[in-house]
Amino acid sequence: MSLAPAEVLSALQGKFAQVTARPSGDHPAVNVPMADAVALLRHLRDERGFDFLVDVTGIDWDVDASPRFSVVWHLFSTRDHGYLRVVAACASDTEPSAPSVAALWPAADWHERETYDLLGIRFENHPDLRRILMWEGYPYHPLRKDFPLAGIDVPLPDLEVGEVTRATAAPAPMVGGPFVASTGEMNLTEAEPRAKDESWDERKEKPDTL
Amino acid sequence: MPTEYAFPDNAAKTADASQELVSEKMSVAMGPSHPSTHGVLRLQLELDGEIVTKCDPILGYLHRGDEKIAENMTYNQFVPYTDRLDYLAPLANNVAYAIAVEKLANLVVPPRCQAIRVIISEMARISSHLLGLGAFAMDTGAWTVFMYQFTEREKLYKLFEELTGARFTTSYTRIGGVARDLPEGWTDRVLGFCDQFLPILDEMLEMLTRNKIFTDRTVGVGVISKEDAIAYGLTGPNLRGSGVPLDLRKDKPYSGYEQYEFDVPVGSKGDSYDRYLCRGEEMKQSVRIIRQAIKNLPGGAWYAEDAVRIFAPRKDKVLTSMEELINNFMIVTEGPQMPAGEVYFEAENPKGALGFFVVSKGGGVPYRMKIRSPSFCNLSILPKICTGVLLSDVVAILGSFDFVMGECDR
Repeated sequence: MSLAPAEVLSALQGKFAQVTARPSGDHPAVNVPMADAVALLRHLRDERGFDFLVDVTGIDWDVDASPRFSVVWHLFSTRDHGYLRVVAACASDTEPSAPSVAALWPAADWHERETYDLLGIRFENHPDLRRILMWEGYPYHPLRKDFPLAGIDVPLPDLEVGEVTRATAAPAPMVGGPFVASTGEMNLTEAEPRAKDESWDERKEKPDTL
Repeated sequence: MPTEYAFPDNAAKTADASQELVSEKMSVAMGPSHPSTHGVLRLQLELDGEIVTKCDPILGYLHRGDEKIAENMTYNQFVPYTDRLDYLAPLANNVAYAIAVEKLANLVVPPRCQAIRVIISEMARISSHLLGLGAFAMDTGAWTVFMYQFTEREKLYKLFEELTGARFTTSYTRIGGVARDLPEGWTDRVLGFCDQFLPILDEMLEMLTRNKIFTDRTVGVGVISKEDAIAYGLTGPNLRGSGVPLDLRKDKPYSGYEQYEFDVPVGSKGDSYDRYLCRGEEMKQSVRIIRQAIKNLPGGAWYAEDAVRIFAPRKDKVLTSMEELINNFMIVTEGPQMPAGEVYFEAENPKGALGFFVVSKGGGVPYRMKIRSPSFCNLSILPKICTGVLLSDVVAILGSFDFVMGECDR
């Protein structure tokens, strides 16, 4: 299969009428409805030679965008040495979900766990959908656009530890210690210099307390 | 009169006794601070005696939220963060990131810049493979190689320091070029390093390749089939050790790799020993590439001169010309100006294919940056191949994988 974008599209549209072209800076890219995603990916793997799942990830298109979340699959063909990007939008903006492809490529297992962890997109039929980078029981999905860069204070570092020891801990135990400067009375958002401060902008005046 | 002697059969008695024992599986946390987990990987193992019956890797101890940070800073500001992905080959990460963003900008860098990037990527590969080799040998009981390779890495670090000003966190590339040109006489010193390095490398490999202890620990341990390697998304020497001849430098050439002659070593069985052999041979091929690149090093600019709103102008021009001053100011404050779009680029790094998926809505800051790290993908096969092996084999398998948690956890 040649990898000219127009040809990929016309070849796929013969079987999947819903597939449309997606603007891309480099590799061929297609949009597909979420319902057809697994069938399309299976077709690409079995009949088009895209046998290598490079990456699965998601994009948060903004807090008030709709559809807000998209899932992106990057495929590679070890035969033709070309990439293909497949993108599908999640139906729900509040509880996004997508079908898992872990049964097609075991590589998807950890990628989907990461996407769930950081963006909160649930993958249906995933064998073991746990958090992978953040700890189990962490209440937020940090890569969402409404999550501040400085982070949000959470009381418990680990549910298991909390259950056993009944202890609570602040997020940075070394603050004020030998290596980390104390932030004094400030909360994390105020203390983190790179954090996007959303409490003021052109229309709303900067509060005096900062 | 026959005398009957009771010969206590200890073995039989023990066997009977062991049948009465209730067999319990033991849960062991290997790591996050374990010398053979090379960083902060934690393996939650379930053991039946010496045999691993279940392996659950627990990641995230080094998670710094690099992708979130990238969304909040300009493209050039993120370059130092790429040093801290695979911190054993920071130059290769710098190059991969720069090429990804240049693809977004549709920018072609001049041949000299491409050749410089090839040279530093291959030096980074040698440096990373050396440490991988030394640590692997140490995990399997051979200390000497570790000392040998650190001497060689020190020589490489001296060259890195001369080129970039830093031994470790190099931050050498910029969007549209590199930070500065090669220093006077630097290429000769690199060639000098290559000349003395090959005999030492041979000596190092001789210490392991036919070493009985090393082969006993590695041959046939952690076998990954071709199909599994592809299905689990393995890349780099771990994929090629399983016999898949996939190398992005050959198959999807970037930065002018198509001009150089080199071979892609592949393994035959896919065990830990094959992965070791691949790394050893790849270093020799890297030396070959460096020699060719230096021999045919093109002159001219080492940055894209036409990239006016992307690559910061020369300092002397900034100080004397109004327009360049404004440009410099804009690039520093607002970042290199990128068009909107989506690109994905993967480079063949020492550990495997390091990919950057950049989503831009225009301007100087990426809207979304996904880092596809080879160590993350390579480790995802651990639950499969670490099941049913001896506990001591887990150490050998981890050593043969040559992973870096800075990149895995991001």
